[in-house]
Amino acid sequence: MSSTAPTDLLSQMLATHDWLLADGATGTNLFNMGLSAGEPPEMWNVEHADRIRALYQGAVDAGSDVFLTNSFGGNASRLKLHGAQGRVGELNRVAAEIGRDVADKANRKVVVAGSVGPTGEIFAPMGTMTHALAVEIFHEQAEGLKAGGVDVLWVETISAAEEYRAAAEAAKLAGMAWCGTMSFDTAGRTMMGLTSAGMAALVDSLDHPPLAFGANCGVGASDLLRTVLGFAAQGHERPIIAKGNAGIPKYHDGHIHYDGTPELMAEYAVLARDSGARIIGGCCGTMPEHLRHMRSALETRPKGPRPTLETIAEKLGGFSSASDGTGSDQPAPRERRRARS
Amino acid sequence: MAEDDEIILSELPDDELVLQMYDDLYDGLKEEIEEGVNILLARGWTPYEILTKALVAGMTIVGHDFRDGILFVPEVLLAANAMKGGMFILKPLLAETGAPRVGKMVIGTVKGDIHDIGKNLVGMMMEGAGFEVVDLGINNPVEKYIEALEREGADILGMSALLTTTMPYMKVVIDTMIEKGMRDDYIVLVGGAPLNEEFGRAIGADAYCRDAAVAVETAKTFIARKHNQGAVA
Repeated sequence: MSSTAPTDLLSQMLATHDWLLADGATGTNLFNMGLSAGEPPEMWNVEHADRIRALYQGAVDAGSDVFLTNSFGGNASRLKLHGAQGRVGELNRVAAEIGRDVADKANRKVVVAGSVGPTGEIFAPMGTMTHALAVEIFHEQAEGLKAGGVDVLWVETISAAEEYRAAAEAAKLAGMAWCGTMSFDTAGRTMMGLTSAGMAALVDSLDHPPLAFGANCGVGASDLLRTVLGFAAQGHERPIIAKGNAGIPKYHDGHIHYDGTPELMAEYAVLARDSGARIIGGCCGTMPEHLRHMRSALETRPKGPRPTLETIAEKLGGFSSASDGTGSDQPAPRERRRARS
Repeated sequence: MAEDDEIILSELPDDELVLQMYDDLYDGLKEEIEEGVNILLARGWTPYEILTKALVAGMTIVGHDFRDGILFVPEVLLAANAMKGGMFILKPLLAETGAPRVGKMVIGTVKGDIHDIGKNLVGMMMEGAGFEVVDLGINNPVEKYIEALEREGADILGMSALLTTTMPYMKVVIDTMIEKGMRDDYIVLVGGAPLNEEFGRAIGADAYCRDAAVAVETAKTFIARKHNQGAVA
């Protein structure tokens, strides 16, 4: 702990609450409001500010203590796909300003978290992204969110350790506190092969570490909780974030819906808390109705013991892979004939 | 001990050199793969033998360990890059010698969807397995797929979607192919994070592929089946 009292709102709230409820889906909610596929949601910050306000208000009214701004794809690398790379500052600032206004009008304290998603590029030497360029991209976005008045930066759905490190450096340059979650969707690891234990070690190695770290999106609620248990097993004091999807998407008569019911997400929220998470929310498919059930369950059900993997599978469904890359029963890589010098 | 010995590729007999190339592909060593290919060419191997027995066989091991959660995207990208180094040497020679074609795939992310990491990975792994790949990029309308399939004389159509809102577009493409009476001329493979087998069946694809390694194996199986049917007909 540092000697000076934390000044940011999220730290203050973490100091006085056992757990905080975050928000749910951004994309799923916006698609329900008429966003068409392929259209960048960030444009709605200026074109349909009323709908973005309604998105934020939906989370606040459902009891969220923290909500994320509509700026996930608001970095130059993603906006470039729509020829909007010159509008990073504006789109992020407005996303944050609408959020600030909604939070300030609420009858309780609500944290506005500035969402920062991945660049979508692979780092060198396999890809073309470099640390310096990623820092520059994230820093530009961070300054826009800061100018719009977010309380904290919220980096999410990251797969590569390099990208997480670049985001940390950008937050430092912007002088902002930050949170950062990764997406564990490949045999219990991130797409780039990082395990929950690997991420915990990565977080510890940063010189501007996040206020809280954790997992979002990924496969289903069960997998996400296995990852949270993996973080908790490392025994750090840093708050853990759980933001899982509302079940798994199913195809039904030409459209898609997530099969996680509000009741299931309530169960997930309680298990997430018991697993060691302190900031609990949803991701894809999580609507205000789910959040209300989650809040009510967290408020009314007593904290239980840390669940076993068997308990999680029994209550939320099975896991997508036998192992998540932690522990000693890992498959070994191919034995080479000889080591190359 | 052996670990301290410098490996001299040109001093290895053929069988050991091929095994060493499997290791070097696994470790993503591009220059070593290029050297191995040149040595085998100098020893009189045909380009097609080198492609299938050294490179494709080596990449199959990489594919299996990726499928089994032992290797992850970074290692696979490095291996694919090493493979590409070898292919760059072999490609003109394969064409000259009239070597049999493994198969050709047209691949792209569907309309409305701008994600491409998964699709790129499938493309690289397919090339690693010896397939020719025509990459249409992101955000493809049905016309673009159909035009490319016909122009390229492709065997396989690969479609990718990373959004639950864009995946239904795959059905639009398949339905259009049915209308045009060309559906059965192609093997249609679909993939992407939110998809599953049930979805693949529901829209009329030949198969849903969970990841790039599965895509390669599925493509090989379907191509073999197609060849067998051709022999019977």
